[in-house]
Amino acid sequence: MDTPMTPAAALPIEALAVIPAARWWRGLPAALLALVLVIALTALAPNDSYYLNIVMQAVTYAIGVAGIVVVLGYCGQISLTQAGFMGMGAYVLALLTVRLNVPFFAATIAAMGVCGLFGLLLGFASLRLGGHYLAMVTISFQVILTLVLTNWIDLTGGPDGISGIPRPELLSGPHAYLGLCLVLLVCAVLFTWRLKLSRLGRAMQAVRDNEIAAGTCGIDAFRIKVIAFGISAALGGLGGALFAGAFAYISPDQFTFDESIVMLTMALLGGVQSPFGAVLGTFTLVILPEWLRFLRQAYLAIYGGAVILIMIFLPDGIWGWAARRLYRRPKPVQGRLPPLPLLSGVTGVANGITGENALEIEGLAKHFGGVKAVDGVTFAVRRGSVHALIGPNGSGKTTFLNVISGLYRATAGHVRLGGVVLGTLPPHQRTRLGMTRTFQNIRVFRGLTVLENVMIGAERPGNDVRGGAAVVARALAALDFVGLRHEAGLPVGTLPYGHQRYVEIARALAGSPELLLLDEPAAGLNSTEKQELSLLLRRLKGHGLTIMVIEHDMKLIEAVADHITVLNFGRCIADGAPQAVLTHPEVVAAYLGEPQPA
Amino acid sequence: MLSILPQLVFTGLGIGAIYAIASLGFVLLIRAANVVNFAQGQFSMLGAYIMLVLLVSVGVPYWLAFILAIIIMAGFGVLFAGAVYWPLRNRGQLPVIISTIGASILLPNAVLAIYGPSPATVSGLFTNPGFMVGSVFVDTQYLSIIVAAGLMVALQYVVFEKTMLGKKLQATSQDKEMASLLGISVAGMVLVTFAYSAALGALAGVLVAPVLFVSVGMGATIALKAFAANIIGGFGSIPGTILGGLIIGLAETLGAAYISSPYKDAFGFIILLLVLLMRPQGLFGELIAEKA
Repeated sequence: MDTPMTPAAALPIEALAVIPAARWWRGLPAALLALVLVIALTALAPNDSYYLNIVMQAVTYAIGVAGIVVVLGYCGQISLTQAGFMGMGAYVLALLTVRLNVPFFAATIAAMGVCGLFGLLLGFASLRLGGHYLAMVTISFQVILTLVLTNWIDLTGGPDGISGIPRPELLSGPHAYLGLCLVLLVCAVLFTWRLKLSRLGRAMQAVRDNEIAAGTCGIDAFRIKVIAFGISAALGGLGGALFAGAFAYISPDQFTFDESIVMLTMALLGGVQSPFGAVLGTFTLVILPEWLRFLRQAYLAIYGGAVILIMIFLPDGIWGWAARRLYRRPKPVQGRLPPLPLLSGVTGVANGITGENALEIEGLAKHFGGVKAVDGVTFAVRRGSVHALIGPNGSGKTTFLNVISGLYRATAGHVRLGGVVLGTLPPHQRTRLGMTRTFQNIRVFRGLTVLENVMIGAERPGNDVRGGAAVVARALAALDFVGLRHEAGLPVGTLPYGHQRYVEIARALAGSPELLLLDEPAAGLNSTEKQELSLLLRRLKGHGLTIMVIEHDMKLIEAVADHITVLNFGRCIADGAPQAVLTHPEVVAAYLGEPQPA
Repeated sequence: MLSILPQLVFTGLGIGAIYAIASLGFVLLIRAANVVNFAQGQFSMLGAYIMLVLLVSVGVPYWLAFILAIIIMAGFGVLFAGAVYWPLRNRGQLPVIISTIGASILLPNAVLAIYGPSPATVSGLFTNPGFMVGSVFVDTQYLSIIVAAGLMVALQYVVFEKTMLGKKLQATSQDKEMASLLGISVAGMVLVTFAYSAALGALAGVLVAPVLFVSVGMGATIALKAFAANIIGGFGSIPGTILGGLIIGLAETLGAAYISSPYKDAFGFIILLLVLLMRPQGLFGELIAEKA
């Protein structure tokens, strides 16, 4: 039995520096400094209404554009109605303050709430499937919203819009109100920046980078996408409400599809991965057209062209490009780490999962039309054993693993994890019960660092670690175990292929699984790497972790397996101890062909 | 009001057939190149404008302008692929989608800057405006649209299911690496797809030009309905997208007549949202699923 988790406080302080948000106060000093600067600047700003209007527009738009950063930059979902949400927020504020005399701040909160709610509803309708669905549904939403704002004259005032929108009583002067907008912009930027470094933000980025892998890490991708879109809509609502107060007059033509495209361009130009990019892009595109007034006729054509050019030549935007230039390779984390708990059955007992067998498979089948990829397979994986599943190419091994981990729905049969029937549970809920896996074709989260990848594994629901520092410590321990601790701070895409495979294994281990599923871990490795892998698997076995491994490399199988099951044409043709199985005539025939009759 | 129902159904099917033709090109790009092209409707807009320019400024005969517009747009499709898709082809779906969104803004606004906002009219394919069948006035233009939609569906079916080109296109869509190992020119297939898809878009544009006005905004309208048709029918499904187009055409025409005409454009989207909530994979099911 491993020693219990060392308290986070025992972790060397450098470990926390690797992941900034592990300290709760990160970003607050900079935000305070920004606030002081902002207030000083507004107090000193010239009293020129043209100048103030431009800045006011940029500030309120930037809050909305920060919403695009959340939904598109973090979560990878295309929303084409951010101006629509700004319009909705603006109209909610205008109607509440002008018609019902609701105080400004209460109306602002209501505007955010209404927009957030609509975001959740639209997301619920469209995010179950791929990202292009949201793009299309948000265009439709934009069209309907413009129709309603223009035609429901009793409520919205129609094309004439609503005028006489008040500002908060104490902050009604131009400087004071601009100050308020700037303070809220700083808050929105801080919120968005910290979101990226939070557990929720990491989950969003995991969904963006690889939805299937995110699911097998225990992330409910649909839920995360809906939340991201809700947050994005609420930020749009806040920007819109402040916009309405700033200009005292709103009309439907201020919140059209064209404006949504302008906002998208702002986010992409500045850098959609960061709220600083959003602010940069917004200010650039609000102020630039003022200087380039002669382009007014063709400015949307230029924006459209700019979107294509940015995607080709500046995919991370101005901010992303600058951040890349300033990137410094982080120093490896020194110091002692808490041990990695790897004994199967420890967390399982807490979940009420017991029994001799970690996994029981009964009559499992998966048919694709007439193709019986898996056809009535029955066997059990004993707790604490290394169970190998082998078979010729096309024998149904990977399909089998995909059914076990919930990516495919079984045609027939049962799977029990520690006695719990898995039925039709989706992948993320199976992971919650203690099953983690790796993939034959590596699925890491390319936009994240090595450490962040493994932290997502450590954040598996049902794992025994809580809180930023403990998660960092667990992830570092898992990286240490596979020998990649010194690469923790690197972007995962910069690692060689073999190391990326270890990142995947570390990600699975950090979740302290009851059962680890490895899908051809030796695929694509050279012979030295295969030996290292064999050693790693034997170490894991020594700790008592239950492993089911699919593999073609017989040397590896012979070195680690306690038990072998052989599949051929979707059926189980042998099941037992390694020596007996590997000399079984049917197995030999499956691999080498039938012996010729003498 | 009920007496005009047959007439409305005919008009609705005619409008729906336009959406169906436009969405066919859209589906083709999804199936063969795995590209979700948000600028698909702009192919129709450009096609209609090219025909207009050929008719008015160059003065070629009607049928020649009709055919030339489609041929020129096929060439434009290749250019479009080179500028919007090719540089981003290895970077996943999202950058390509955003790039096509950029193109969908660039193209109409470029035309706007050149020709100005005023819409133009084009005469129909036939001099005879139509004939009566019972109480229904059969407009020849709508009739030709419906016939063209049927022909295009048949053609696409034959190309995809019965020809080697279709098989190569499908292979390219499913696995580019494997396709190129089998000696299929992936770049060639992708270019063919873009050219054909742009030609289909142009066909929808030149067919619809006499019915609607030729305007800068027509591409966005057509594109939106084509997307919606596709989602309603099931993403990437050819019979689905035809059915989806017809459903939207009918919903709009009947909704505008019986419920509210300012909200004409909303009815198709309401059906879209209902389909997404109740049957998110669409009527015919989504074709593309990611392999683990």
